[in-house]
Amino acid sequence: MSSTTLSTAGQDRQPRGAKTLFRRRSAIAGFGLSLGVTVSLLSLVVLIPLSAVILKASGQSFSEFLQAGFSARALGAYRLSFGAAFVAAAVNAVFGVLTAWALVRYEFPGKSIINGLVDLPFALPTAVAGIALAALYSPNGWVGQYLEMAGIKAAYTPLGVVIALTFIGLPFVVRTIEPVLRDLSADVEEAAASLGAGRLSIIGRVILPALGPAWLTGFALSFARGVGEYGSVIFIAGNMPFKSEIAPLLIVIQLEQFNYQAASTIAVVMLSASFAMLLVINAIQAWARKRSA
Amino acid sequence: MTISIRSVEKQFARYPALRGVSLEVQPGELLALLGPSGSGKTTLLRIIAGLEFPEAGQVAFDDQDVTFASAAVRKVGFVFQQYALFRHMTVAKNIAFGLDVRKAKDRPARAEINRRVEDLLGLVELGGLGGRYPAQLSGGQRQRVALARALAVSPQVLLLDEPFGALDATVRKSLRKELRRIHNATGVTTIFVTHDQEEALDLADRVAILNQGSIEQVGTPQEVYDQPASAFVCSFVGETNRFDGAVSGGRFVCGSVSLAVDCADGPKTAFVRPHDLVVAPEGFEAKIVRVTAQGPVIQIEAQTASDQRIEISLARQEAGSIAVGQTLRLAARKVHLFDPAD
Repeated sequence: MSSTTLSTAGQDRQPRGAKTLFRRRSAIAGFGLSLGVTVSLLSLVVLIPLSAVILKASGQSFSEFLQAGFSARALGAYRLSFGAAFVAAAVNAVFGVLTAWALVRYEFPGKSIINGLVDLPFALPTAVAGIALAALYSPNGWVGQYLEMAGIKAAYTPLGVVIALTFIGLPFVVRTIEPVLRDLSADVEEAAASLGAGRLSIIGRVILPALGPAWLTGFALSFARGVGEYGSVIFIAGNMPFKSEIAPLLIVIQLEQFNYQAASTIAVVMLSASFAMLLVINAIQAWARKRSA
Repeated sequence: MTISIRSVEKQFARYPALRGVSLEVQPGELLALLGPSGSGKTTLLRIIAGLEFPEAGQVAFDDQDVTFASAAVRKVGFVFQQYALFRHMTVAKNIAFGLDVRKAKDRPARAEINRRVEDLLGLVELGGLGGRYPAQLSGGQRQRVALARALAVSPQVLLLDEPFGALDATVRKSLRKELRRIHNATGVTTIFVTHDQEEALDLADRVAILNQGSIEQVGTPQEVYDQPASAFVCSFVGETNRFDGAVSGGRFVCGSVSLAVDCADGPKTAFVRPHDLVVAPEGFEAKIVRVTAQGPVIQIEAQTASDQRIEISLARQEAGSIAVGQTLRLAARKVHLFDPAD
């Protein structure tokens, strides 16, 4: 075969039209395989179960849906679940940055142990965490008795829920911020200092803005985890309807009463709310990332 | 502004980075700190900037002791090798940073800051790029932004730490010229660190050569090249052939190499620059191993009878016909002799 025929043959095989949407010639192999596996797995593990929930919830009239999904008890549970998750994520956002800062910036004895401890909430069975926290913060527990003296009731109140969700969410913030903080070279801070910026200016104008996107990711992850958390919360929450009952627990209660439709209705409401929130946070992130590339 | 560095010492862990360094930098001067990696040149620059503090000694700006003053109060402009730009800010915001962080009463009006930013963008030839983010610029452009940012606060001293180290050769050359032009335009006292002797000799008014935490020599590029103060300076600045031997009766001898010198007897180390070797009928013998033509000069690699490799550069006209395998007879126009202890 001559070289001319070779080159024309090559031109014939150029991708055309709609094909270019998915297939582009690239040196990185395995696109078809990896996308195929991803889509199948995502369908099996995430999409199909979620659509089953929605399907179950749609087998009722709109007024039934409203009644089950937006009853006073359900509204109270949403308020607590989303509110406590938000507060916990906010607390974690502050203390997670500090923890990440300490882990990245300083050398101190026991650093590797603290580093390991941060991940513990990932690994610990959540029920264990819940029981431990409930014991600690109950009115006669180690911490709870002093809070009691100060007139603060932690266990069996919404505050208890926040405590449990803070425990669960901390590693999300620390582990998302840590690599970004490590990448942020000392050069940049020194440059700011040599330009006359004080300590606070450097933190406020240079470090925190650079951390922004990662911070938001950590916050979102911590928040999302908090909204869905069940195991650690139920032991410390007290679970009083309208007061300290979280939405996931309400779903379980409905299930136990064989009230499947109500359970899936609440699930659908939570799902939509969470999805909308994550979408908004992702959009903010994309915007921030585009600016700092 | 005069910068005086007096017997400055600095240790990292137990390893001394600077041992008793003294240096005087004249107002408006462009000085290069030249040395191999680990010689302490960057440490010295960072001590001048206030990013590092010495264990002993003093740093004075115009007789005002600033040894332990923070970087923020010294009014120095610092340019880093890796640019150290603020990635989340536009180019204009980066340049304005030093003015923006000032306390309200010292801060120029918004319009004035904007004008200053425009002026500086023009100075570093980045006009119209103020709205870009650093990620959208090339390496050379980023370093120009870093330079403009450092100049925005009207520093008394401009310090540059290997400013062209991360750039490719062409960009480096053009930025070098640019720095010289900006230095002439602003007249700000400038110190830059480099390990590239060509860069130091090309750009600086004076060069300070550091080795193992001490200054070996301070002088104009011509002085350090023509009258090196030590064996280290001689071998670090410019190409040389090194011979370890001894002087007796007005001749330096090292194996088969014999050179006429004017020096007392005793063991010596001799350095001869490749272009100081000339063809001479009564000289020592060397066999040509390799010939390369580099523009008007011919580089010759040769081997002496005592198996030492030497380099010779000859002007094309001088060289005549030269081929590998041929034997040359060589003498030295100029020999730098140092005690072997150096």
